[in-house]
Amino acid sequence: MTAPMPISLQVNGERVDTHVLPRLNLADFLREHLHLTGTHVGCEHGVCGACTVRVNNEIVRACLMLAVQTHGASVQTIEGLSDSGEVADLQAAFRDRNALQCGYCTPGMLMAAQDFLLQQAEPDREQIREHLSGNYCRCTGYQAIVDAVETTARSRKAHK
Amino acid sequence: MTTRPAHRDILSVLDRPNSYIGKTVPRPNLDRLLQGRGLYVSDIELPRMAHVVFLRSPHAHAMIMAIDGGAAKRLPGVIAVVTGKELAAVITPWVGVLSHLKGLKSAPQSAIAIDRVCWQGEAVAAVVATSRAAAEDAAEHVTVEYRELEAVTDMRTALDPKTPVIHSALGDNLAFERTHDAGQVDRAFAQSDTVVEAEFVFGRHTGVTLEPRAVVADWNAAEARLTIYQGTQAPHMVQNIAALHLGLQEQQVRVVCKDVGGSFGIKVHIYADEMATYALSKLLRRPVKFVADRIESFNTDIHARDHRCMGRIGVERDGTITAFEIDDLTGIGPYSMYPRTSAIEANQVVNLVGSPYVTKNYRARARVVFQNKNLMCQYRAVGHPIACSVTEGLVDLVAMKIGVDPVEIRRRNLIADDAYPCASPSGLRFEKLSHHASLDKLLGMMDYQLLRAEQAELRKKNIHRGIGIASFVEVTNPSAAFYGVGGARISSQDGVAVRLDAQGSVICQTSITEQGQGSESLTAQIVGSVLGVSMERVRVILGDTDNTPYGGGTWASRGAGIGGEAALQAAKSLRKNILDVAAAILQSTAAELDIVSNSVVDADDGTPRIELKELARVVYFRPDTLPPGIQPELMATRHFVPREYPFAFTNGVQASWLEVDAETGFIKLLRHWVVEDCGTIINPQLVDEQIRGGVVQGLGAALFEKCIYDERGQLTNANMADYLVPMAAEMPDIDVGHVVSPTAESELGAKGAGEAGTAGAAAAVANAVNDALRPFGAIVTEIPLTPQVILTALARI
Repeated sequence: MTAPMPISLQVNGERVDTHVLPRLNLADFLREHLHLTGTHVGCEHGVCGACTVRVNNEIVRACLMLAVQTHGASVQTIEGLSDSGEVADLQAAFRDRNALQCGYCTPGMLMAAQDFLLQQAEPDREQIREHLSGNYCRCTGYQAIVDAVETTARSRKAHK
Repeated sequence: MTTRPAHRDILSVLDRPNSYIGKTVPRPNLDRLLQGRGLYVSDIELPRMAHVVFLRSPHAHAMIMAIDGGAAKRLPGVIAVVTGKELAAVITPWVGVLSHLKGLKSAPQSAIAIDRVCWQGEAVAAVVATSRAAAEDAAEHVTVEYRELEAVTDMRTALDPKTPVIHSALGDNLAFERTHDAGQVDRAFAQSDTVVEAEFVFGRHTGVTLEPRAVVADWNAAEARLTIYQGTQAPHMVQNIAALHLGLQEQQVRVVCKDVGGSFGIKVHIYADEMATYALSKLLRRPVKFVADRIESFNTDIHARDHRCMGRIGVERDGTITAFEIDDLTGIGPYSMYPRTSAIEANQVVNLVGSPYVTKNYRARARVVFQNKNLMCQYRAVGHPIACSVTEGLVDLVAMKIGVDPVEIRRRNLIADDAYPCASPSGLRFEKLSHHASLDKLLGMMDYQLLRAEQAELRKKNIHRGIGIASFVEVTNPSAAFYGVGGARISSQDGVAVRLDAQGSVICQTSITEQGQGSESLTAQIVGSVLGVSMERVRVILGDTDNTPYGGGTWASRGAGIGGEAALQAAKSLRKNILDVAAAILQSTAAELDIVSNSVVDADDGTPRIELKELARVVYFRPDTLPPGIQPELMATRHFVPREYPFAFTNGVQASWLEVDAETGFIKLLRHWVVEDCGTIINPQLVDEQIRGGVVQGLGAALFEKCIYDERGQLTNANMADYLVPMAAEMPDIDVGHVVSPTAESELGAKGAGEAGTAGAAAAVANAVNDALRPFGAIVTEIPLTPQVILTALARI
């Protein structure tokens, strides 16, 4: 089980056919093989949330999933979500509220926040805080992030 | 939009029409980070780049008897296995001392350990390979034979005669000692009506930057030039140190700093593994990349705090404070960190205890000892949380004892707002502080009386809530007094160059750096405001020693106050140059012209005369049409360093409202308030977010964060699952207010704000916990305030 294995998958809507070592995790695959460096690596053991991506519409820790497990799957990263415009309003809210400082947690934070907003259209602050508690931010103290997510939820509801 | 011609000359550049100063505007270029299109060092790849992995000591203290890298070298992809001795051929060792910290001593430290390891995690060999995975695989095949030595781990016994001396050449384990005696302390205590004494204990914690430390070093043998890509707060310092120890001229070293995934003081130092990476690139004549993994981060990123401080306070019957006395002890690991040293924190503690208060009677001793643990050095709010927690803890304990309200005792003793300039008992010179105005504002924001009433009601229901208040003084805008006078080549001045480009936009190069604080934004706001150019037409370049003026960077809350003033002065100079050219083109005088909204206008009535892009076109492409003798200078450079005051002290006050569960020992933070006086506020949102972020790091130290070492010097929680940091769910909303006392030292008037939050948060929480525990008669003076600490204080375990 140490020889490279073939995998085929969709990444941000583009088909990828390649060979990877079975031990390669999804975060390293995205960053080092596909050069999608928006997926960040903070702890490499599933705690910090910086590497959060979407696989088949579920958010996962890319450091805890092997690349070979994504064979046949559809993977979306922050680059894909940005280009499709899916999170443009959330990104604008983060920008206006300065809900990021160094920006290292931000792609994972946006992934987690978007996932939450798709599940819960009218969250209160406590629910937002609870849901984002799988994503570390060392810069902001979280309040600005909670504000930005809350603002986005309200504005999406108003525009529905 | 119109100008106000009558007052134009007396208007400060800060009050010009359309000024961005004091306004919340979004930081430029945030979309790059929001879309995952930033460039952190961990993202950088260069042709022929190799990856280094360090084999690290599993022992806290041991002799290295033998290293065998033979098997590792034969593995696929492995380029080299390098020991400390081999690397010493290209890099010299260093000693982390500064001459103004009298008596500070340390031992020579090497990039990779030679013969002996002094903490668990010290590198013993470097494995360089074509991929990180290959290097990690190979590292498992390097065998090292150790002979374990006794580890010095407890700072309380580090100076005992029977404790081994870590560096025998130094004679003992005492790195530094400072004493201070001001006023008449013995007499003051003897005449006090009440004296309270307590020992305050502070856990060792660390910064946990979300992006680990990372460096790519690229030695180009043909150019004889080293390019260092590093997430650092101080590029010119890195340039100086790398050149010094690699035997190069500074001009042979370029330091480039793109996006940085968190710093907080962790990335203002130079680490042995970073030095080793520079040296490996030179040795192997190719780019080498090092990215710490999370375990390495915990074992090698500088740790902070780890103090045990005895404190004593005396008061008269009416609550007038008569004296403070402290005896502080801190353990810094086996070496003093380079080049800023590990004595600064204890020195700051001596400087800052008692500093918000009137009493002149103050005695202090601080001792800094070596131990076989990871190195300790300056992390956000250096020394402040210790000094604030000890001072404010003592004030609350004595207030409790004599039955005076915590607010009342502060009102009685804080330095009066009209008493400035004045000096603290440790000799700090205060230009202008606002303790009373800040406290009044805070009490209004939190509705103190209402909270007290609520607290009393809830106590009847066996719900234990507490209010904690902490006033503090913060060191910002440091001059050369911080490092330069001690011989460190760490610039205290910063420089900014601004130029008008050929389309009338502005390019601005600054020596301060960006790690998310908003350096780029504040620079663009200042330059745009002074010049009369819209902010989106100001491009800011930072983090590159080849392309910015020389300067210190961003640390010690200095970016806005020092780099911001340099930007202001450079923009003023460019503005004058532009108006001189415009006057020549328009056959007018500079005094009759102004620049507003990207155009030169008549100062009197705002009539547009010539757009900046047209002026630039003439200057750059048709200078032949200018009057004879005119040589336009559409670029200006200015530098700034404070000269009158060694530091611009700021002040503030924080309050915490929390609930303690007396059954489980858990603490729930309910609300937190901060009032801060950082002088001129350039961007209110950025200041508030600096404060909130700083508070949360202080709350982490107060409740969760601790590097737990066992008695053999093993770090037992070196991972993010076991080392707890604040998460969104546990953190309260934080209200931030301001009092504004600009410094007269600069035209901008800005002081620093980046560390204020961290300075006072833990003290406010600890005081609130003691307030909540008052019915139980329990007192805690140790952080982090874990359930174990609370339940122990309650005698429940």
